[in-house]
Amino acid sequence: MSEQLINAIADMDEEGALALTRELLDRGATPTAILDDCRAAMEIVGKRFEAGEYFIPELILAGEMLKGISAEVKPHMTSAQADVKKLGKVIVGTVKGDIHDIGKDIVVFMLDVNGFEVHDLGIDVPAQAFVEKIAEVKPQVVALSGFLTLAFDSMKETVGAIKAAGLRDQVKIMVGGGTVDEQVCKYAGADAFGADAMAAVSLAKGWIA
Amino acid sequence: MTTREQKFDAIFEAWASQPIQFATPEAEGAYKERTEMWKDVIQLKKPVRVPFLMTSGIHPFLHAGITTEEGMYDYEKMSYAFQKYNDDFQTDTVVSCGMAGSGPLFDILDYKLYQWPGRGVDPRSSYQALEGEFMKADEYDVLINDPTDFFMRYYLPRVFNALSGWSTLGPMTDVTELPFTGPYMIGAGLPPAVKAWETMLEAGREALKWASFVGATDGYSIAKHGLPAFIGGATKAPFDTLGDTLRGTRAIMLDKFRQPKKVLAAMERLVPLAVQSGLRQVNGAKVPFVFIPLHKGADGFMSDKDFKTFYWPQLKAVIVGLVEGGAVPYLFVEGGYNQRLDVIGGDPDIPAGSTLWIFDKSDMNEVKKRWSGWQAFGGNVSASMMSTGTPEDVAGYVKMLLADVAGDGGFVLSPGAVVDHCKPENMHAILDTLKKYGKY
Repeated sequence: MSEQLINAIADMDEEGALALTRELLDRGATPTAILDDCRAAMEIVGKRFEAGEYFIPELILAGEMLKGISAEVKPHMTSAQADVKKLGKVIVGTVKGDIHDIGKDIVVFMLDVNGFEVHDLGIDVPAQAFVEKIAEVKPQVVALSGFLTLAFDSMKETVGAIKAAGLRDQVKIMVGGGTVDEQVCKYAGADAFGADAMAAVSLAKGWIA
Repeated sequence: MTTREQKFDAIFEAWASQPIQFATPEAEGAYKERTEMWKDVIQLKKPVRVPFLMTSGIHPFLHAGITTEEGMYDYEKMSYAFQKYNDDFQTDTVVSCGMAGSGPLFDILDYKLYQWPGRGVDPRSSYQALEGEFMKADEYDVLINDPTDFFMRYYLPRVFNALSGWSTLGPMTDVTELPFTGPYMIGAGLPPAVKAWETMLEAGREALKWASFVGATDGYSIAKHGLPAFIGGATKAPFDTLGDTLRGTRAIMLDKFRQPKKVLAAMERLVPLAVQSGLRQVNGAKVPFVFIPLHKGADGFMSDKDFKTFYWPQLKAVIVGLVEGGAVPYLFVEGGYNQRLDVIGGDPDIPAGSTLWIFDKSDMNEVKKRWSGWQAFGGNVSASMMSTGTPEDVAGYVKMLLADVAGDGGFVLSPGAVVDHCKPENMHAILDTLKKYGKY
């Protein structure tokens, strides 16, 4: 374990983190060890986010750093190392009519680094596409994102379609983004509302553990 | 020399005495009463009653039973929808169709920064921004060196695909002498540039056609009901110009770590442009308010330390510049701003009683503690409640807001977000509650 690498990532030192990764690989560190450091660093980043020390820019930069580190590490990995056991499955998408993706992408990233298998359906996702994906991958959690007021009805329709397909009791559904709040959660018939990406992680962990 | 106060009085006077042929003496009286009410609010007095400001997005189209696509492409339908909206719900300004946009115009320009109904999003949706890196990470110096040149030859050709031919032009500052004129003009005559000029001509004609409908539509409601036009102009916080328009959210957030000095230098360059733009529009329209929607400085979007470095100083410079020119900045504070209230509230550089702040998800009691006696404020009628709640929910919330935070004057009832969906009975609940409980 490299305290230095963990701190570089956690303290938002992008150049330092990438240089250290290369140095560690040159000195024979295993990809697994480096990725474990990334996970440890992301735990610190997540805690700082929850404590109100870090905000969206820090999550985005952390994402960039992890992307850069993965690219360095990948050529050194065996297929067994790449195969990590996941906590559970989550389907994420921005609901029909809405094309906003920034918040949704951060939720996808935070769920992913926190050990979930994430299926990102993208933006403007029709209710039926959620239903089909649920039937296919059998997730424990579905996360509906939306920014505009039109998303309220799309969320309601999506939850309704999941119910009509007989899948509602197999999944927990969370909603979030833009003007979405507790009232919208109730209106849509979802299970919970999350204010940010870490809330999405906490909700998913609470439901799956 | 004209003082700020004289300019402020002059623009309000011009607004109150616009040459309007009112339909009835009642409408004329209502117009006068409303413009006085707004002036009182900004100057932190108690007006006859609390005014209501509606930010309605595409609600007028849906309320009239047409799609957004129909409203954006058929100017007759646009007129019908907005006239009906102002007939059905009389707020304290005209709800203008100017913000709804012209579909044919965006088609002519082949606009890339947005998708709109029938062009990428559902016919009943609102237009939605599709951010991109329309300015590249290594182009800050080009922008800083000459923003107009950057917009003409880099930004506009990228964001309006039909103007891509302008990228073949040289900088116009090359044309300084007779012998240089001929060589410069060659670029303007090459086929890609010719296509761009022709597009510009066509776009200009379409914009005029659209503007004549907007003028007639708003004019009808202003004259019939005495509802003053409210938005004299619009401008942006410099950080949002970079984040929304030029670089996109992800890229601007990374630039803040990777090249902070360039970001700061670019914003310094954008401040006077934002001020001049706002004042030019206000003086042309003779309507005092400059709409400034705030986006990427909201709670969660950056730390307070970064807000004090990258967002607030430059926004404040824009606000102060507008105020000095006699205009009234109307800050549309989207999202939560609870983290920022202590940074902004009571700032002595902004003269008391010169601006309007409409909040969305911020705690209004906390806002009141800092804004009361400093600047006019309002907002917070929840978009989700207007859309999904009952009239009783909405009336209860409005009543509570009026009781808790309106008491000192300088208060405006308003949603804090763009409300695209709202049941008619919820709009009536707001207006009825205001009539009953909004008098001072």
